[in-house]
Amino acid sequence: MINSDLQMGPRPKYSRRQINREPSPLLAASVLYGSIILASWVPTFLVTTSMPLVPPMGFLLLVGWRLMRPGTLPAWIGFPLGAIDDLVSGQPFGSAILLWSVILLAFEWFESRFPWRGFFQDWLASAIACGSYVVLAALVSGAVLSLPILAAITPQLLLSMALYPMIAAMVATLDRIRLIRIREIR
Amino acid sequence: MAPPSSRASGHSRKAQYSRFTSYLIAAVGAAIGLVLLGISLWQPATFSSLRGVAGDVGEPAGQAVAVSRDGSGTVLDRIAGFWNAGNQNAALRKELQLARIRLKELEATEQENARLKALLDLTEESGAPVAFSRIVGSSVVSARRFAYIGAGSRDGVQAGMPVRSERGILGRVFETGSSTARVLLLSDSESVVPVRRAQDDLIAFAEGRGDGLVRIRLINLGINPVEEGDVFVTSGAGGYFKPGLAVAVIHEVTDDGGLARMIADPAGTDFVRVEAYWEPETVEAAQQSPDQMLQGTNAPQ
Repeated sequence: MINSDLQMGPRPKYSRRQINREPSPLLAASVLYGSIILASWVPTFLVTTSMPLVPPMGFLLLVGWRLMRPGTLPAWIGFPLGAIDDLVSGQPFGSAILLWSVILLAFEWFESRFPWRGFFQDWLASAIACGSYVVLAALVSGAVLSLPILAAITPQLLLSMALYPMIAAMVATLDRIRLIRIREIR
Repeated sequence: MAPPSSRASGHSRKAQYSRFTSYLIAAVGAAIGLVLLGISLWQPATFSSLRGVAGDVGEPAGQAVAVSRDGSGTVLDRIAGFWNAGNQNAALRKELQLARIRLKELEATEQENARLKALLDLTEESGAPVAFSRIVGSSVVSARRFAYIGAGSRDGVQAGMPVRSERGILGRVFETGSSTARVLLLSDSESVVPVRRAQDDLIAFAEGRGDGLVRIRLINLGINPVEEGDVFVTSGAGGYFKPGLAVAVIHEVTDDGGLARMIADPAGTDFVRVEAYWEPETVEAAQQSPDQMLQGTNAPQ
């Protein structure tokens, strides 16, 4: 069975007849960075909780993009995206800049050591990254550290570790939107 | 899946250098982050203007979501009301009769109260609120407990002003943007409020724990007279909060006081009121160092 879709590689159906189209760099960049910025920002006004409950969505999405599409995010992107996250998250300014940069560098190291990967290995890497991020972020948050506060972050910790499959599906969908062929080649 | 072959720089000097440069920038970024983090932990107010701008940018979206959040509650209520209409009607009729009786009783009490107050020559002192606002956001991700409200320095809100809902104290303003302000909630682990027990003058501090509960720490140690269900209200010490505002209800008794639940839970709060300082002189005095105060009052040399 020879299918034209298989030969042409994955591509949205509606562009089938538009062979002189290519992905727009503007859309590709704005979906990539916009999704992470929105994920940092939107949870802050959805609910008001009396304990940290919502997983750090911005960071989860950053890790998702980094694991699903290696090479799309530059290694230094933790600085600007972390700065935006710090402005809205309530953490002291600098905490996400530091932690996001360090964890992205750790991913670069990890990838150079273990180039072959699968879904479950990605999930494990994401769980380690997100788990350590939640704990480290609580440590540098400026809160008075005590047993109750560590108990309070546990649900958030477990949620952020368990969410990777959902994040991966989200990144895959966003990636399809990102690479829609809408720019006309002249 | 192995990384795409374009990621392997191979023998291309250019690719190797650009990759190395990106690592270098990332490491420098992390170092800058470390320095910024140190500064913000040391001087928490340093980047408040930047955060204020970010808060102001996000405010319209926050307001819109806050409105729809309240709206969705009423839709659910309406559906639930449809189901229970019949028996609710009968119950409400009975409740109304009882309420009418109580109302008459209260009117009598109110008259007596007014008469007694006139005897004591007390004036009702309720300062006009500085601003009304919705809660437009909160720090749901961070271990700190902050809420964002849609009123800022443009509306006269200043850092330190108490924020309350119709039930009681929520916290106080931590920093302001031009149209938003960040509120340090009672449950934050950095928040300490002087309180007293409602029925007597048992003085304590209400300290946030960061997990939604408040620790009540008695000042006079000894036999712990606190019991489950005791209500603590603000004592007015420190000059920020007006005395007599509800803070928390004891939920569990401990050695040095108890664990308490907040009466005004930010999760159930919709509109908040920012009030002026209770005693501005006390607040000013607390912000000055003792030396300055002595110089100001011409202390003997």
